[in-house]
Amino acid sequence: MDSGQLFNLTTVAYFAAMVLFIAYIATKNNKVALVATLAALAGFIIQTVGIGLRWYESYALLGSEHGRAPLTNMYESVIFFAWSILLVYLLIDWKYKQRAVGAFVMPIALFSMLWAQMSLNKSIDPLVPALQSNWLTYHVITCFIGYAGFAVACGVSIMFLIKVGKEEKHKGPEPMGGILGMFPPTKVLDDLNYKAIMIGFPMLTLGIITGAAWAYYAWGTYWSWDPKETWSLIVWFIYAAFLHARFTRGWVGRRAAWLSIIGFAATLFCYLGVNLYLSGLHSYGGV
Amino acid sequence: MTENQQKEQDFTDKIWDFFCSLKLTILLLLLLAITSIIGTVIPQNSAASDYINRYGQSNYELFVTLQFTDMYSSSWFIGLLALFSVNLICCSIKHFPRTWKFFKEPTLMATPGLLKNSANKGEFSTSDTPTTVADRVAKALDKDFAKTVRSEQDGKIYLFAQKGIFSRLGAYLTHISILVIMVGAIVGNVFGYKAFVNIAEGTSVTQVSTRDGSQRIDLGFEVRCDNFDVEFYPGSQRPKLYASDLVVLKDGEEVYQKRISVNDPLMYEGIIFYQSSYGPAGNPYVDVRATSNQTGESVELRAQLGQRIPLMDGYQLIVTDFTENDRNFGPAMRLNLVSPAGVRENPVVVWQNFPEFDERRGGTFKFAMAGFNQPYFTGLQVAKDPGVNIVWAGCIMMIIGPFAAFFFSHKRVWACIEEDGAKTRVRIAGNAHRNQGGFALAFDELRQQIETAVNNEPPKKEG
Ligand code: HEM
Repeated sequence: MDSGQLFNLTTVAYFAAMVLFIAYIATKNNKVALVATLAALAGFIIQTVGIGLRWYESYALLGSEHGRAPLTNMYESVIFFAWSILLVYLLIDWKYKQRAVGAFVMPIALFSMLWAQMSLNKSIDPLVPALQSNWLTYHVITCFIGYAGFAVACGVSIMFLIKVGKEEKHKGPEPMGGILGMFPPTKVLDDLNYKAIMIGFPMLTLGIITGAAWAYYAWGTYWSWDPKETWSLIVWFIYAAFLHARFTRGWVGRRAAWLSIIGFAATLFCYLGVNLYLSGLHSYGGV
Repeated sequence: MTENQQKEQDFTDKIWDFFCSLKLTILLLLLLAITSIIGTVIPQNSAASDYINRYGQSNYELFVTLQFTDMYSSSWFIGLLALFSVNLICCSIKHFPRTWKFFKEPTLMATPGLLKNSANKGEFSTSDTPTTVADRVAKALDKDFAKTVRSEQDGKIYLFAQKGIFSRLGAYLTHISILVIMVGAIVGNVFGYKAFVNIAEGTSVTQVSTRDGSQRIDLGFEVRCDNFDVEFYPGSQRPKLYASDLVVLKDGEEVYQKRISVNDPLMYEGIIFYQSSYGPAGNPYVDVRATSNQTGESVELRAQLGQRIPLMDGYQLIVTDFTENDRNFGPAMRLNLVSPAGVRENPVVVWQNFPEFDERRGGTFKFAMAGFNQPYFTGLQVAKDPGVNIVWAGCIMMIIGPFAAFFFSHKRVWACIEEDGAKTRVRIAGNAHRNQGGFALAFDELRQQIETAVNNEPPKKEG
């Protein structure tokens, strides 16, 4: 069994989890939600083993001198992105037990896995000199857990926006029925959005700082306004604005949800768009 | 106060409020985010001709006017950052006294309002005396929550305990960290420099050039490059290593040496040398041994491509080509022998790893290839940044700050113990400045622990 097969299994598990979460919203059956969560957890465990195996494979293939953490090309990074999303999602699920959220977060992880497995280059190549640094590992891990926090926040914000409009039209004391009734209350969604960003923001901060430290050791400048650096700062500014929006009346609720969605769009551009459309020092991730 | 003074007062208040306002913060953060995009789309600090080719003359002029070609140091972008800093400073000045009060003047005695209206509260009565009860409550709080402070007023005993007050400083630490990083960046820009230098193998330099090429800077010492290496992974064009053997000399004496590679620079007297590029320094050459087949006499020579090298007896040699790998036979060269009459003979191919091939050829000479060499220069980025440690200090604050602000909260618990007829009444209240849900659960548990401690205190053993 190689890591690619384990990642295929992971993809299947995430697909099953997503379908089950949607089924849960439709059927309101708590058992379905539990099975969905277990499927997600199983996928996560398989993926963790898969990442460990790929790490091992790099040693087997390249020799003990050139083995490295599997975080060095687009394929590995997209896989790790999905893994980070599950990590943050499962953490938040464990703490807040809002099962319906899975229906809006799993698709992001599933899509990442599908993309990686179907169209990215899976080869394990030795590292070029610029990437031969432990900072690479710290930098990628922190950035991606940050991105994952924002991905979860984005899923929650979409739920918020879907629900809040209907809730305002829905008058009367009885709770909302129908599919939207299974969504957590908007107040909870708003809070979850904030909680996920509370994980994402410090991690992104760490990611930017480890990146700066690495740049300093590799190039002699901790900051050079390279497009990737600048975009990570743009993302950071947006979420800093989000954090402060809480303290200002008129900026909570809808606007905060929109900020969170825009923030994730900027995150995706920072992650993928910069490599695809802009040039710069971070060009290793070519698709 | 006259009407005019009043107006002036209103006006300064308004300005102050403007600079303190969080709306301005959000506006500035979003403006910084949006404007930063420009410099990621338009290449920065390129040559004028590049812009004109790409965007046309009139657009280029517009870019220059708007300072888009070097936007991160443009006056308007720096202005935005300055306004942002002012906003940050004013806001902190405005809010800090209120936060400091929690440290300086903690509310030791719960007000009636606090006891009545707190989201988390509890009340019970017991028949022991207030002092005994207070002791027991204090002991329970000490054990299960935090050290208590005791005070008395109007015959009531008040207890107060708090945890995590430092988290109130998290936001300030985060904010100050931003200013610290900016200070570090300014120090680096004013007192440091970014430069580069190319050193050919075997030579040394005492000066470097700034990256824009405008200035030469004296290092104050000499740096020599003894050797540059580039290695590729076997069977591919994928680089594996770029490394230079550098030696630092002071007054002609070797004081420091290091083999640097891409993620491992050399640092001497605050100046850092980073491996960043390389290139050919001078022409490549081949080391050849030519042996006369008649006399057995042989010479070793160093031949540059295309150069005529005299051999013995009026013959000459020209190496015309060289390759790292000829049809999997390894390094090879092609050469021509030129006869004393000046006639170029047929080209001969010599493989480094198979000298016997040429021995079998016969002819006037046999050739062997000892090696090919391309002299290189190593390209180094050179940086001096006396502000970098300030920046790192700011970064550490920026990691601790949000962590303290997000994952800890200031939790306070009060108790008021008083005589109530024949009984003793205990009222407790508590609050947390964030994560109220979590605190409500913890408070419930604490309340039960206190009640148990008061009512079920195991009887003290006498004697
Ligand atoms: C990129 C810039 C900034 C970052 C990263 C930042 C970060 C933070 C963080 C992490 C918190 C704690 C949030 C929380 O408790 O939920 C915070 C709170 C706060 N920030 Fe900022 N901040 C920035 C700029 C500013 C500016 C310019 C102002 C000026 C008005 C400001 C005013 C405040 C205030 C008033 C609070 C609430 C403090 C409190 O809870 O007592 N921030 N900031």
